[in-house]
Amino acid sequence: MTDAPITGLTLAADIAAGRSSAVAALDGHLARIAEREDEIHAFNLVTADQARAAAESIDQRLAAGEDVGPLAGVPVALKDNMCTEGVATTCSSRILEGWIPPYDATVVQKLEAAGAVMVGKTNLDEFAMGSSTENSAFGPTLNPLDTSRVPGGSSGGSAAAVAAGFAPLSLGSDTGGSIRQPAALCGVVGMKPSYGAVSRYGLIAFASSLDQIGPFTHDVADSAALFEVIAGHDPQDSTSIPHQALTDAGVLSVSERLSEGVDGLRVGVISELMGSIDGFEPEVLAQTRAAADALAGAGAKVDEVSIPSAIYGLSAYYLIAPAEASSNLARYDGVRYGHREQGKANTGLMMSASRTAGFGAEVKRRIMLGTYGLSAGYHDAFYGKAQRVRTLIINDFERAYQDFDVLLSPTSPCVAFPFGAKADPLTMYLNDVATIPSNLAGHPALSVPFGTGADNMPVGVQVLAPMLGEAVMYQVAAEIERAAVAAGGAS
Amino acid sequence: MSDPTEHGLTRDEVAKVAALAMLELTDDELTTFTGQLAAVLEHAKDVEALDVADVPPTNHPYPLTNVFRVDDAAAVSVEDKERMRQAVLATAPEAEDQQFMVPPALGEEL
Amino acid sequence: MNQQNDTLENETPVSSTMLSAWTTESSVEREPQGLPDGWEMVIGLDVHAELATETKMFSPATNQFGGEPNTNIHPVCLGLPGTLPVVNGKAVELSIRVGLALNCTVQRCIFARKNYFYPDMPKDYQISQYDRPLNINGSIQLPSGHVVGVERAHMEEDTGKSTHVGDSGRIHDAGYSLVDYNRAGVPLLEIVSHPDIRGPEEAKAYAAELQAIVIAVGASDGKFEEGSMRVDANVSVRPAGSDELRTRCEIKNVNSLRSLGRAIQYEAQRHVDLYLAGDKPVQETRHWDEEGGRTRAGRSKEQAEDYRYFADPDLVPVDPSPQWIDEIRAALPALPRERRQALLDAGGDPENVAMAVQRNLDSLALVAVSAGAPIDKALVHIVNNLAVDGAEELNAEHFAALVTMESNGDLTSTQAKQVLGEMVESGRAPADLAAEHGFEAMDTSELDVLLDGIIADHPDEWQRFCDGENKLQGMFTGQIMKATQGKADGKVIAQLLASKKST
Ligand SMILES: [Mg+2]
Ligand SMILES: [Zn+2]
Repeated sequence: MTDAPITGLTLAADIAAGRSSAVAALDGHLARIAEREDEIHAFNLVTADQARAAAESIDQRLAAGEDVGPLAGVPVALKDNMCTEGVATTCSSRILEGWIPPYDATVVQKLEAAGAVMVGKTNLDEFAMGSSTENSAFGPTLNPLDTSRVPGGSSGGSAAAVAAGFAPLSLGSDTGGSIRQPAALCGVVGMKPSYGAVSRYGLIAFASSLDQIGPFTHDVADSAALFEVIAGHDPQDSTSIPHQALTDAGVLSVSERLSEGVDGLRVGVISELMGSIDGFEPEVLAQTRAAADALAGAGAKVDEVSIPSAIYGLSAYYLIAPAEASSNLARYDGVRYGHREQGKANTGLMMSASRTAGFGAEVKRRIMLGTYGLSAGYHDAFYGKAQRVRTLIINDFERAYQDFDVLLSPTSPCVAFPFGAKADPLTMYLNDVATIPSNLAGHPALSVPFGTGADNMPVGVQVLAPMLGEAVMYQVAAEIERAAVAAGGAS
Repeated sequence: MSDPTEHGLTRDEVAKVAALAMLELTDDELTTFTGQLAAVLEHAKDVEALDVADVPPTNHPYPLTNVFRVDDAAAVSVEDKERMRQAVLATAPEAEDQQFMVPPALGEEL
Repeated sequence: MNQQNDTLENETPVSSTMLSAWTTESSVEREPQGLPDGWEMVIGLDVHAELATETKMFSPATNQFGGEPNTNIHPVCLGLPGTLPVVNGKAVELSIRVGLALNCTVQRCIFARKNYFYPDMPKDYQISQYDRPLNINGSIQLPSGHVVGVERAHMEEDTGKSTHVGDSGRIHDAGYSLVDYNRAGVPLLEIVSHPDIRGPEEAKAYAAELQAIVIAVGASDGKFEEGSMRVDANVSVRPAGSDELRTRCEIKNVNSLRSLGRAIQYEAQRHVDLYLAGDKPVQETRHWDEEGGRTRAGRSKEQAEDYRYFADPDLVPVDPSPQWIDEIRAALPALPRERRQALLDAGGDPENVAMAVQRNLDSLALVAVSAGAPIDKALVHIVNNLAVDGAEELNAEHFAALVTMESNGDLTSTQAKQVLGEMVESGRAPADLAAEHGFEAMDTSELDVLLDGIIADHPDEWQRFCDGENKLQGMFTGQIMKATQGKADGKVIAQLLASKKST
């Protein structure tokens, strides 16, 4: 990273004030893409021509005095598991070969209505299953800070796109940490909203009861602004939270809270995620403690808190998420869209052959794990039990939130690791231990860069908040960011 | 009663599950996957320590009920439907006579 | 491959004459039918009714029978990646109507995914209900008085349809199939009975009563011929009088109620034969082969059904409030059983009453009766002369006037039948139509004079007729009809001839 990154809000202000234009902003970012994309591989597809047409139209509308929206002319990159009408959407899987969605995801419509300009679809672990983006059928994305290392995953392409300056804003999806972990590994801000705060309509499902779309940005203010654009009730998503509940909780106006400071707020540091589980790097723990100290220095009351069930989150997650995925991914059968193996004698053989050829190893692993866990005789012992563990985790969190406004932990046990370092599936899964509990509980959580760990790689600190607690979560994250900047942090 | 989680996962079980999921595995894949899945299930055994008999399951983190759509056929226009038909048939692996074409469904001609 | 579909294809249309054939044979007997002595049938029926909504169960696409292939589609009912289901509130309301009409408890319920691969099913799972269905613990009282328990009536979605295209002259050796998703996602209510049914006739009576109920409450058009109502039968047998439940087979592909009776009879006999041979049936799904008159095992049984049900994470529970349930209950129309009772109280013949209600034409009879017309004549017209399209639109006052004219002797029964047919076609009043044809019934004294003249012209024939040559009755009737240009009533002529012969 040489130049200080241009944030989305800065760019939007410059464009709105006529100091820049949507086309100029786009050209600047396309130039950076031209420079480094071959090396980084953040994108599955760069939609330069469509982006230029959109940018030109925005400039014309601005010139005509129209209010184009809060993100007018700001380039944004989308994880390639969000449907875009007329633009191929692949989930980084061969099984979706040739498919072009005939409709837009709700978040895509919202971005367009806010004036953002989509520059491309970013790489991911196939069907968002992974923590390193190594599981993409189209090859891995490289960490822009050190190309020998992974960018994290599954939203590695979206994290890398922001970190590399390809777009100031991007969207990812987070089922067990897939936004927060790559944000931490790439040194950017990544946020998973409360389950139901952002519509899932048009997000290609991995695990329906856990998936949420959220923003990647350089800083907390951009994150809040982008979140405000994509959040809101959607009648096309039955699990979408009603508008009144969102506004009552201040979820749609989080930006207002960023400058409030943390004086008097109560911050709990989750003891189970501060070293009592193996695998946390000492530098990561030290930075998390430093962030907690910084909050204390700013007037927050900081204490340790125990979430005893948090350590069971990983097991519950690996019983629930694959089960839902096994059902969600059944539709990829070669009948209506995507890859079909030709020359098969009957429909059944065509379906199995197409699925076998179209899915990668990690997807097959999880489909089989989930199929096993739901099959006759196992449902209660696996899926059923995991759903009960989920209740325990929620209960533990609620108990903690009686005494604390937010909780704190490392986002990832380790900094960005080299390619191939976690080839064994279980080792890779263990990487998600700190992020998973928020998905199981449906609570919001955000990763904000705070200093560096081993090999000068960035560390992310995770701020967790109760259901619909986005406002206080952003309030605290902004303070951590101020402390990081004051300390001459790595970002 | 034997608890299914107490037993190690067998190759036969993995083969059965693969068939149920419509995935074909080579012998080598079967061996590899059996080992990997067994390791994950072994790790997941830690939840056995938890007594959750009286704990209700969580299906949704944010409890909602009665989320309904209005039954209005005019919500989708004829033009939209035709556009949809052309779009989905255009990306179908094979189509004929405005329908999706598949190999014969053996044993279905009853 | 495991291709189990719990809904039926409907390829053979059922004519309305087939419908009338089964509804008249309503069962009052409860003995096992057509099995060797000492055996009885144990039958439970799963009935799928398509709900009469404008749009599909979870998708805003139109719910419409027929139409060009793949025109009633939307990303949601095509199960396109990223789409999500949203429950059609009207479908829930219609399902509650049926539940209340079946005396069910309506409860908080959830949707579950039933997972199996099937090319007609866009998501390769069906959204259905499993351990928490909407309606439970109901019952249906048949016209015979027998009560059949209803275990549950749950909401789910239909599949699309595929057509096999033959191999002749095509590039593809074994042919291929074409899939149309117009029906995919159409809302269904699956009504599952207890195994309380003891024979094919009782099964048909149950299905007919259920059909009448769903039509009466406006939940479904109940058309077997369009597949909007489909029946699967779970059949087993046991020694008569025992209460054991033996291995059952589920019979699918039954396209009419006539087939339902035949299929049950065949299957029950097959079970008895197996037991008598020292063998026993295997629990399986079997398909009814209409032409062969037999049931056949489905292919591929080596893989056990394992639907991996789990609560659909894309949908939230349906929890009908007591007020909502009360409102729906208050708005329910009279049910077939009450409507039959009204006609029985007016003195109607039970079989004709059952048919009139089945045809949804009982209000015609009630209006005619309250206008002073005799119920027998009204019901006879409904049963014999109104099994036609458009009968439901018939003006009840016109119908009452027609029956009154006939019973007053202003029209013969033959004339009344003709006028009724024209009333259905034209919507016009019977008096106008009768006047146009110059129809007016001859009174008996006029006919008497006419007949005396004919006897005088044919003395030999009359003597032979009186001596017992009965076939000459046709000759005399013909002569009178000729002289009256068909306006005489055949029955009256017969009476007249009989009385003259005996004097
Ligand atoms: Mg059934
Ligand atoms: Zn069903």
